[in-house]
Amino acid sequence: MPNYFTDNSDMQFVFNNLDLREIVEIAEDNFEEAKHYNYAPIDYNDAIENYRKVLEIVGDIAGNFIAERASSVDEEGAVYKDGKVYYAKGTAENLKQIAQADLMGMSLPRKYGGLNFPFTIYVMAIEIISRADASLMNIFGLQDIADTINKFGTDELREEFIPKICSGEHTGAMALTEPDAGSDLQAVKLHAYQDEKGQWYLKGVKRFITNGNGEALLVLARSEPGTKDGRGLSMFACHRDDTIKVRRIENKLGIHGSPTCELQFNDTPAYLVGQRKFGLIKYVFDLMFRARMGVAAQALGIAQAAYEEALKYAKEREQFGRAIYNIPVITNMLIDMRVAIEANRALLYAAAQKVDIKEKLEEKIKKLKEAGKPFSEENIRLKRVMKESNFLTPLAKYILAESANKIANDALQIHGGTGYMREFKAERFLRDARITNIYEGTSQLQIVAASGNVINDILSDYFDEKEKKQYKGGVAPLVSHLIEIREIFKDCLKYVVEKKDPAFQDVAAKDLVELYGYLYVGYLLLEQAEKDQKKVFVANRYILTSLANARKNAESIKDGLFNDILHADKILS
Amino acid sequence: MYNSIVMVKQVPDTANISGKVMKDDGTVNRAKLPAIFNHEDKVALELALQVKERYGGKVTAITMGPPRASDILRECLYMGADEAYLISDRKFAGADTLATSYVLSEAIKKIGDYHFVFAGRQAIDGDTAQVGPQTAEKLNIPQITYTEEIIEVSDNKIKAKRKIDGGYEVVESTLPVLLTVLKDVVSPRPFSAKRVMAYKNAKSLIDLEKLTEENSLLYIDKLVHEYEERGLFIKTLTMDDLQLDEQRCGIKGSPTKVYKVESVVLGGTDHIRIEPTKNGIGELIDKLMKDHIFG
Repeated sequence: MPNYFTDNSDMQFVFNNLDLREIVEIAEDNFEEAKHYNYAPIDYNDAIENYRKVLEIVGDIAGNFIAERASSVDEEGAVYKDGKVYYAKGTAENLKQIAQADLMGMSLPRKYGGLNFPFTIYVMAIEIISRADASLMNIFGLQDIADTINKFGTDELREEFIPKICSGEHTGAMALTEPDAGSDLQAVKLHAYQDEKGQWYLKGVKRFITNGNGEALLVLARSEPGTKDGRGLSMFACHRDDTIKVRRIENKLGIHGSPTCELQFNDTPAYLVGQRKFGLIKYVFDLMFRARMGVAAQALGIAQAAYEEALKYAKEREQFGRAIYNIPVITNMLIDMRVAIEANRALLYAAAQKVDIKEKLEEKIKKLKEAGKPFSEENIRLKRVMKESNFLTPLAKYILAESANKIANDALQIHGGTGYMREFKAERFLRDARITNIYEGTSQLQIVAASGNVINDILSDYFDEKEKKQYKGGVAPLVSHLIEIREIFKDCLKYVVEKKDPAFQDVAAKDLVELYGYLYVGYLLLEQAEKDQKKVFVANRYILTSLANARKNAESIKDGLFNDILHADKILS
Repeated sequence: MYNSIVMVKQVPDTANISGKVMKDDGTVNRAKLPAIFNHEDKVALELALQVKERYGGKVTAITMGPPRASDILRECLYMGADEAYLISDRKFAGADTLATSYVLSEAIKKIGDYHFVFAGRQAIDGDTAQVGPQTAEKLNIPQITYTEEIIEVSDNKIKAKRKIDGGYEVVESTLPVLLTVLKDVVSPRPFSAKRVMAYKNAKSLIDLEKLTEENSLLYIDKLVHEYEERGLFIKTLTMDDLQLDEQRCGIKGSPTKVYKVESVVLGGTDHIRIEPTKNGIGELIDKLMKDHIFG
């Protein structure tokens, strides 16, 4: 009876050390809703107890049912037949169970049937589910389209869409990408127009739409004829009906359970979400925080699953008269995997809490504004948290997705030839991991998104403070390594800025972002190490490895090889 | 609208035995085993909840057991039961199937207003499969054992499929009726997050009495009232509440005496080849007789 929440000691550690006070305080607003809903918490401790109990349900369903079905879901995949999409049998069963457990509206308001949980807890659920079946996360995670409707839609629109998503009757899709608008969403063409009564309609094609067969769709469309950039785009919501044709589904490397659809909208009636022209610049920008955190959590879930399989196999497999677990090279690989996972988890939930508090502050400011009360204090906080979220979200997505690929790859390697065979799960994890550094913004785009804040050194005060702190538990020597990494970072940053070459800055951004990441995660792990002796090993290995990598990053910034770009045609011819 | 009462049992987790669970005398050391919800009873509850979804009505879960059995009653509430009863008394201890079915049938009479009584076919600790049928007899109602599917309920009648050797049969019965169900017929639903949050603090009378023992500032009546108000009270029935004949309860009311429990470990390591001849078969039969497997 594996429970993917309770059996994960590191996740337990993270959960037990969460401080969600401010988040819960805003979300529960004096615990008013306890008067109307018998499942609403009566105080902070009760809320935490609720989160724990519900994550136990998620862990139970994931470990005992979803994981059991994952291989057959992968084998069977979603199927397209006669214009319709059919989930794999296991996927359908999974979705039914998740809906029965009330988990399809985790962070949505209670009045629409949701649980009103903090985003952070919902991210934990995503990680747990992804460990069991990465492809299920895509459908589970699309409950987020209701979050966009909740934040920016009218009351009528909320009533129209959110309750059925919470109950699991409807699943969602986020239709942004088009054949000529992938990373560059400003190029979206799908046409939105109004009839004389003001009713909106959608016409055009969307591609690579995860769960495009879902019943509730959020669609980015060009509502302003003649425009060519992001300012001509608006966000729409519509129900699936006969005007929407699924033209095909993709035959993919991994996440087979998740149907990836090409959709054709033939004058589909739609509702405008929020204000015209704000589709990309405001609403997509906002939903990307959640979408990217979701993918980061998915990547971590896959990494955890891959590591568990590798560990199990290494203990069982005997070569040269002993379990390969005891062969130093393998042991070392396993430790690397484990340390990466724990470092990644620290980063993920630190970032999730920032996004969480950002959302809650936005909510609070909205309420204060409506009540005509002052909100300048909250606004200052929000600006700060927004900056941090803007940096940490792409950082987490980049680091965790790349790391999941490496971990899944190493997990397969530990299996040897066996891992290459379909009978074992290792190859599935590798295939599933491969999408995480592509969708919801490629790794290269995450670096672009994070780099501005790195070049502005936005965490400078924060690191100053950390350097001055007296650490307990014998981790003090590690601080000096982090100080050294920071020196390297500052030196590299100066080098890049002084070069005043935008093209060089773009190329160097990867190394700069990574350097900044070591510092941020390094200090997170030091905090953890103060609380738990075992974590000293984790912090030690992470920081020492990071120091070595930092030197490589610096070398790669300064080695001058960038100039090769000038000779690209020659080299590539 | 059809009301169901579901008999559930907390059992030692015999599937997860590790280390010193067996005592030296070969009996089970229950304190060392985690206590779980008997799976077939969970299936029975699922079936009852499906009846409620199809036809409306109320689902009541009952269990006879020690105070900690309220754990599985909370789980029943998490799955969707409307009400739960703990039937508990020191004098119920040591009950065999006869004494158990006596207590349960009296509790069911007391609760009343039911159309169905559901139970798992058997519990994994005793594996007798007797409590369901005996309870039906004592309630003087028909029973459908080994139920696989409820086909239809209408006009105060039920049509159901029951498993028999090599197939199934479709039977009909008047209501009320007792059904025992098999483990694979439906998959029990997961706990509902909302119900877990709502009922995580549900407590039985005995749980509350314990609280008052630990904290002298609390008064039991007030506490019960408060828990009732919040819908968190697990009703509790004792021997006195049910006005039972003490001689028929617990160890006193249990004619079954366990003579000896033996842990049999099959020690065979080799295959024995038997020639397919009359002589070969004869030798095999002789061997089986000698080992007391036959005869």
